[in-house]
Amino acid sequence: MPEWLRLALVIAGKDVRAELRSRTAILSAVVFAALVLVVFNFARDPTALAAVDLAPSVLWVTFALAAMLALNRAFTVEKENAALDGLLLAPVPREALFAGKLLANLAFVGTVEAVTLPLFVLFFNVDLGTALPGIIGVTALATVGFVTVGTIFSAMAVRTRFAELMLPVLLLPFMVPPLIGAVQVTARLLAGRPLSEMMGWLRLLALYDLVFVILCSLVFTAVVDE
Amino acid sequence: MPSSDGPRLLEATGLRRAYGRRQVLRDIDLTVAAGEAVAVAGPNGAGKTTLLRVLAGLARPDRGEVRLEGQPLRRDSPEIRRAVGLVSHQTLLYDDLTLHENLTFAARLYGLPTPAAAARSALDEAGLGARADESPRRLSRGLAQRAAIARALLHRPRVLLLDEPFTALDAAASERLRDELRARREQGLGIVLVTHQLGEAWAVATRIAVIVEGRWACDETLAGSLEGFLPRYQELIGA
Repeated sequence: MPEWLRLALVIAGKDVRAELRSRTAILSAVVFAALVLVVFNFARDPTALAAVDLAPSVLWVTFALAAMLALNRAFTVEKENAALDGLLLAPVPREALFAGKLLANLAFVGTVEAVTLPLFVLFFNVDLGTALPGIIGVTALATVGFVTVGTIFSAMAVRTRFAELMLPVLLLPFMVPPLIGAVQVTARLLAGRPLSEMMGWLRLLALYDLVFVILCSLVFTAVVDE
Repeated sequence: MPSSDGPRLLEATGLRRAYGRRQVLRDIDLTVAAGEAVAVAGPNGAGKTTLLRVLAGLARPDRGEVRLEGQPLRRDSPEIRRAVGLVSHQTLLYDDLTLHENLTFAARLYGLPTPAAAARSALDEAGLGARADESPRRLSRGLAQRAAIARALLHRPRVLLLDEPFTALDAAASERLRDELRARREQGLGIVLVTHQLGEAWAVATRIAVIVEGRWACDETLAGSLEGFLPRYQELIGA
């Protein structure tokens, strides 16, 4: 195993262990996601709008907002006792540090999404049927994109006085492209449309992931170093 | 600049660092040899902590260079950071992990061969073996400081940077830390000790350097008594 990957897994493992101990981020994100779904469920007029028409947008708004809560914790845990200094002092390439944080965030957001999806099916009475593998695929593709950007902004925001407020302000504009793509693909999957109709959006999501994974790895050093 | 005969572990030349318009470090040179302990004293805001952060590689100097064992300390050379240990104002420990998990994590970052055993041994050496499964948040300030020092020494650094390490330690813990630092220094560790407590500096250091407004006001080998130095110190810091 390459050394940078070993270090990334060590850092991700530490974050997962700390989260399993405190359960603050995942628990609050899951409860928050459930509440958002409840609000959307009761706020819509079923006689005016079919659940299936609203479902893709609701699913992705819920994912995005819940992810924001999970991402907020990524660097706030490093702020306690200046633990980030301990990471920066160690012989760890910054790229490995970024990869470790990204892997941990993907695990957190993926867990929140895995719990939210069945709740979404329950509340919106959507038959995922054959669309489920596609939904899982597009969720993975979109999640990698916005979690990558979220990891960078979480590192930036934690140095400000109001990190919890700064992260959404910084991140939401960058979340728009993957969210649009994911909503479009999800809508077509739920409507049983052929894969060829989604290829353009899937390419956009893949390109977004590629560009931002490379870009964020490169700028991370400048973000965390004084 | 005084320096012992041992090999040079840390060399800083022409360090300048500003925060906005405020110049915090002005052309600071510092050399620390193996087996040498430099106490850095000075009034609040003189630049002591900034100097330590620059020496640790946590802050970049605007000008000047830090070399560790002859290698420039750069962001793109993480291996050289292995030579440094830091005890800062804060513990660098995670409250959601136990002490043993914290030190095991640090050992893994430094690529130690048996991380869990190294962590256990470091905690035992620090007298914290019985509290290995406790969270740092449950420790008193003094015990947390001991854990922070154990973390800093875990990977056997060649240069140890300490920022006010005696703060909040009781008399017994201070004595223990003084003994530990003296023993490590005699084994060849290079030490930079930022402190307001000149008595502690006198017990551990081989050199005293006083920084005032980002410049060295003095840097000399320790000679004579603390009582003899105090009037001069007061004069240097303008008290």
